[in-house]
Amino acid sequence: MHPALSIVFFTTASGAGYGLLVLVAWAALIGHHAPQTYFGITGIAVGLGLVGAGLLSSLGHLGHPERAWRALTQWRSSWLSREGVMALLTFLPALFFAWRWVVADQIASLAAWLTILGAALTTICTAMIYASLKPVRAWRNLWTVPIYLVLALYTGGLLTGLLLNAYGLRGPFIPFFVSIAGILGAVLKIGYWAFLDGGRSSSTPENATGLGAIGKVKMLDPPNTEANYLLKEMGYRVARKHAGRLRLIVLVLGFAVPIGLSVLTLYVGAVAATLFSLIAVVSGAIGILAERWLFFAEAKHTVTLYYGASRA
Amino acid sequence: MTDLPKTTGKKLGLVIDLDICVGCHACAVNCKEWNDGGHMAPLTDLDPYGKDVSGVWFNRVHSFEAGDHECGRTVHFPRSCLHCETPDCVTVCPTGASYKRAEDGIVLVNADTCIGCKLCSWACPYGAREFDEIDGVMKKCTLCIDRIYNETLQEIDRVPACVSTCPVSARHFGDLGDPESKVSKLVAERGGMDLMPEMGYRPVNKYLPPRLPKQQKAAPLMPSEEVEAKGFLAWLDRRLSR
Ligand code: SF4
Ligand code: SF4
Repeated sequence: MHPALSIVFFTTASGAGYGLLVLVAWAALIGHHAPQTYFGITGIAVGLGLVGAGLLSSLGHLGHPERAWRALTQWRSSWLSREGVMALLTFLPALFFAWRWVVADQIASLAAWLTILGAALTTICTAMIYASLKPVRAWRNLWTVPIYLVLALYTGGLLTGLLLNAYGLRGPFIPFFVSIAGILGAVLKIGYWAFLDGGRSSSTPENATGLGAIGKVKMLDPPNTEANYLLKEMGYRVARKHAGRLRLIVLVLGFAVPIGLSVLTLYVGAVAATLFSLIAVVSGAIGILAERWLFFAEAKHTVTLYYGASRA
Repeated sequence: MTDLPKTTGKKLGLVIDLDICVGCHACAVNCKEWNDGGHMAPLTDLDPYGKDVSGVWFNRVHSFEAGDHECGRTVHFPRSCLHCETPDCVTVCPTGASYKRAEDGIVLVNADTCIGCKLCSWACPYGAREFDEIDGVMKKCTLCIDRIYNETLQEIDRVPACVSTCPVSARHFGDLGDPESKVSKLVAERGGMDLMPEMGYRPVNKYLPPRLPKQQKAAPLMPSEEVEAKGFLAWLDRRLSR
């Protein structure tokens, strides 16, 4: 599938934003860092900012962005619609929570819980857009939703670490959290890649054409000599060699480096810790963007069976 | 809107005979010609006179080779929307622009409400939806909704453009929900097939399989054993093979 940059950015940025919102709300609820006004307000602002930037970026993918409001209407059947509705609904408790925190120096626990719930549900809806597409085996499987959830928490954890260090609120919790979520994320990705490489979809050129009774089916002539929308959108292919290299980048820059740096922040001075957690965020961003790019680029669609692919 | 109708009054669709399709592409061309001015018009072409031509087509004709040796054959394969009974292309649509008509089962896109998110084209296993870059909306086969109900056309022309133009009558149009219809009988008689039934979309359009050659011992094309030459031929053979 074609890895549209607007969608790659949207899913990673809003994932990290929701992860950050969850951790800030949770920190407030357990009274860990609360009520540190500046940490709270920056956390919520950055979280909602990332979510908003992601949503705007996803609009860039549309043929008619000015009609985007219509996408809120079909929540009964469409995961994309549900995602839009949940994303907007989540702004309400998040903004109320932020307002109480800043203006009244109070933690609105119900709003905090609703923010956490909204963030989780929105991330699940995002993942379900992909996990519900039957023609794409790389997406329609049990790995997709947990990976979206864990990576949202993990990247949100990296951002939380940066903010805490920047405000001098260092503690062992975030390095611990980032290590657990990161290791879980890496294990899930490795498992997912094994699933991707190890099997094939049950669709073949034989049942795509119905000609299996005659024998093996091979493409002789495509319908057109130039590429068309279907091939550009659904026939995107990434060379195995590049995919292998990018997977390594995901594991090293996306997981190993940020986890290592997060742990190191506990053993250095405040300035170095802030710098380390900043590098962890940048490295993690590069790695997770590569992860999301691969999520699209490695996914094969059944329409390619009509264009010479022997498996989808 | 994007909920599917529980049942549809009719199940209008196509039956495509892979036994006699000659791969002339006439159906694809006539489809393009009619629909460029029809319900989903235009079928935009990008860079039409340049090097990198591409454009919207509702019907594309592929050619495949099936089987090997004497049983193998070339099969021409027109591919267009199958107007499925339970298609996800409709249910994934966030706006309600994509819908299946309750009266006849035709799957359509409302170009006035489509936001061009492309999700429906990802949800179609068969590659039946094509995005129009210029209009910014999704386009697809309408089963020539503007012909089949068009009372200004002569009755004989009230069929999809692809059906009316096929020079070998490899395409048939009718109500596949009515077991007594000509198309349903054809499907029953010839063992009409669903494409990728494992997707569970339950296509309305059916494909008739190529008739297999009568089971016969394939006659060898060449004598398989070499025959020893005798007499004069043996002498000639020896001379020539020196
Ligand atoms: S062929 Fe594709 S576009 Fe047509 S109804 Fe079926 S799933 Fe939808
Ligand atoms: S491209 Fe248009 S018709 Fe297709 S899912 Fe999006 S809004 Fe619906």
